[in-house]
Formats: sequence, structure tokens, C-alpha cells
Amino acid sequence: MDEYKFPEDCQYTEEDEWVRDEGQHVRVGITDYAQCQLGDVVFIELPEVGATLSKGASFGTIESVKAVSDLFAPLSGVVVEVNEELVEAPEKINESCYGEGWILVVEPEDPSDVASLMGAAAYREHVDGRDH
Amino acid sequence: MVEFAGFDMPVDFGSILDEHRAVRESAGLFDVSHMGQIFVRGDGANETAEALVSCRVDSLQEGQVRYGLLCNEQGGVVDDVTIYRDAADALMFCVNAANIDKDREWMQAHVRGGARVEDESTETALLALQGPRSATLLASLCDSPGPDGLGRFRFGHFRVAGIESRISRTGYTGADGFEIYLPAAQALAAYEALLEKGAGEGLRPTGLGARDTLRLEAAMPLYGHELDDTTSPLEAGLGRFVKRDRGGFIGSEAIEARAAQGFERQLVGLEITGRGIAREGYSLVADGNPVGTVTSGAPSPTLGHPIALGYVTPDRAEPGTELEVEVRGRRVGTRVVETPFVKPAKAEKKTR
Repeated sequence: MDEYKFPEDCQYTEEDEWVRDEGQHVRVGITDYAQCQLGDVVFIELPEVGATLSKGASFGTIESVKAVSDLFAPLSGVVVEVNEELVEAPEKINESCYGEGWILVVEPEDPSDVASLMGAAAYREHVDGRDH
Repeated sequence: MVEFAGFDMPVDFGSILDEHRAVRESAGLFDVSHMGQIFVRGDGANETAEALVSCRVDSLQEGQVRYGLLCNEQGGVVDDVTIYRDAADALMFCVNAANIDKDREWMQAHVRGGARVEDESTETALLALQGPRSATLLASLCDSPGPDGLGRFRFGHFRVAGIESRISRTGYTGADGFEIYLPAAQALAAYEALLEKGAGEGLRPTGLGARDTLRLEAAMPLYGHELDDTTSPLEAGLGRFVKRDRGGFIGSEAIEARAAQGFERQLVGLEITGRGIAREGYSLVADGNPVGTVTSGAPSPTLGHPIALGYVTPDRAEPGTELEVEVRGRRVGTRVVETPFVKPAKAEKKTR
């Protein structure tokens, strides 16, 4: 599984999103594994700032050349920032999924939700189990 | 990797967009060995083929390839195929992978005279070398005169890296290019020789994903999407591959009867003018009313906006007609346009 990146400073969901704790807020994106599976990202539909996310519910869609996928909220909260640059340059998700390709900044309803997500090692195992 | 017709097929080798551009700008190499090759040989081969396909076979010369449709008695499409004239009494049909068994059985059931239907799909591999640099690249691996001298829709026998092959100047991308039929056991050697030779020329291995976006830009139908057992070739816009003046093939009467009644739908090209991508199965709407369905859709890497093929009622089929497509509950603007979306490169049209 050396081909995918699993940064230690993120928590992960089974739906292949990452969450990075930034104090009051968390930043959300899709994982390296997810962007590899999708291939070239060509379109993304994002929520508005102020939208309420409900853990596990779809908050948007991401499209590659070949398919459409839902984006699922890793935790409940309110959207405080949206990466508008992705509208014009969705390929940033392929180029830098943990950096410039971030998707949302969210104010969690319950900050302890972050700790309940998978750590890097657990997520790596989750991906490994699925890839075979 | 995806499983398709019993083969493990790569959707991409990293990036569909990069692979697509390689075929438009230099060259791409597809392994499409899943395609089927069914031969009709012996006494009655011509009569059999003439009865089976929508296009003329009597005028097909040795060394020539033609696109046509196998139709059923209701005038629907059993498969779309290319037909190669090997000899006065021998023809090869290249057929879609998912239809090999159905086609072979259909062909066997309609044999005329003493013709034999022989399925050589398993032992035959097929590589498609596509893109503007294909001719030079392929010639560099063959003795002279090489396949670069072939006109469009012509074929011959050549040795590629020493391997005996049937090569036609045909393809499914709208680019200049070749299809190379060779014994399955030697296909890997030829594949590797081509990739090695082309590495410095921009040649890339290309997968099913790019094959689909390329054929969509060329507005070539894909069986199971634009065509099926109920589709009339005429509503699919394939009338130029139907010998309507001669008839005499299975389904010809039904095709004419349906044409006389008028069609309920017509295949059109669509460009998406709003924000969103039309995908297979999405509804097409005009003035709030359903008027059709998308059969294939994807972003066009060449044009930079999404395109689609779909069936609409004939009154909405005129280029310039504004429609909407329902993209997951949202209506997105789309316009009927002329096809192909991307015109074939100039050099490849001269000898057709």
C-alpha cells in the first residue's frame, strides 16, 4: 500500500474522506486512495457556506471522466468555508488532495466526533483490505 | 481494472484525459483482444453475408473493410460489425465482445449454401494503434511497403516486429490509425515492441475509458448504449450503412415498414451548455416535458465541455434545438448539435 499517501495528521472515514483538526474548525477533503480510484476529477458540486451537514449524508457530488460519486459528510456541523477554486480547477483534487485540493472547512457540532474517526493506520488497513 | 466480457480490462493507465490527448496529438495503443472475430467461409459465404448485414457485400473488394449492422427480423440491431473481404468466398466479421456468442449463433442459424461459420475469437488478439503518429510508428516495425500505404478502410497482411498480422486502417476513435489482428500467443510481444518503439514519440498505453471518450467525440455508437435489439439503424442515424435501395437482408422489410410509419425517436448529438455532465439514462426535457434519454455522456477532453448522445422525439432533433437534461434533480441546459463532435483529422479522409 505504499502507492497511496495516508498523512498522520488526518482522521479518515470509510467513505474515503479525510478530516484535519484545525482547532475550532476541521478541514475536509477526499483521500489519495479516493482520487486514484476516481481518476481525473472534472466537476464538483459543493454546498453553500452556512449549509448544515449531517454525518453520513451526501453533501455534494464529485465527477471524474467516467463516473459520478457522492460526497458524504464525515461529521455533523456547519460549513464555514468552501474551496471555490475547485469549481474552475477540479484537477487540484488529483494534484494535491490533502493540500490545495481540500473541499470544505466545517465547524463541528460535536468536536469529539473527530476523534471517533479512523487514524491513518486504521484507514490504511481499511484500504488494504478493500484493494485485494 | 474492470471485468468485461470475461476479460480484465484497464479503464485507464493513470489518466483518461492524458490518454485521450495522446491519441488526438500523437498515438495510443489499446489492447482490444476482447473483440470477436467470426469467419464465414466456403460456398455460399457471399450469400450468407449479404443476407446477414445491412451493407453491400457483393461490391466489397479483397483487402477492403466495411462497417455494417446485423439486424433481426424486426429491423432491430443484433450487432454492429466490420466486415473484411479475405477472398471471393471468405469474409471476417469483427464483432463486439459481449455479442460473440449471440452473433455466432445468429450467423449459424442463417447460413446459406454450404458456408461455414467459424469463431476464431479466442485465438485472435487485437491491438488498436490510434493517433496521427500511428502510421510512421507502425511502418518502422514493418518491412516496406508497410501498412502506412493502406487507404482508409483497407487491410493487408504484414509482419509487425516479425509477427504475422492482419492490419486494417480502421479504428474507433475518429483519429487516423490501425487495427492489428494477430495470434493471441504473440500479442504481448507485439504490444511491447510497439510501446518500446513509440515511447519517444508520445505513444501511451490507453484503456477503455479513453476509448469511450474518443468514440463519443467521433459520435460512433456503442452497442448496448446507442444500439440494441430494438433499435432501427435509421433512428440511430446509420442509414448510410444500410442498402435501402437493394434490401434483401434480414430485417430490411421491417426497417422500411418502420420508416414508412415514422420514427418515435432519433439519435442526436448534444453539447451541455450549463454546469453539469449528462450521463447515460438521464432524462432530456423540453418545456418541462420529457422528450428523450441520454445514451452516453462524458466531458469532451478535446472540446473542453461535456457532450452526449441521446434519443429524442423527432421534433426536437434539429441542430440548434435547446433542451434541458435532468442531472440528479437539477435541470442543466443542453443543445442539439451536428455530429461528429470532433471532425476526423484531414489526412485520414483522402482515401476513403
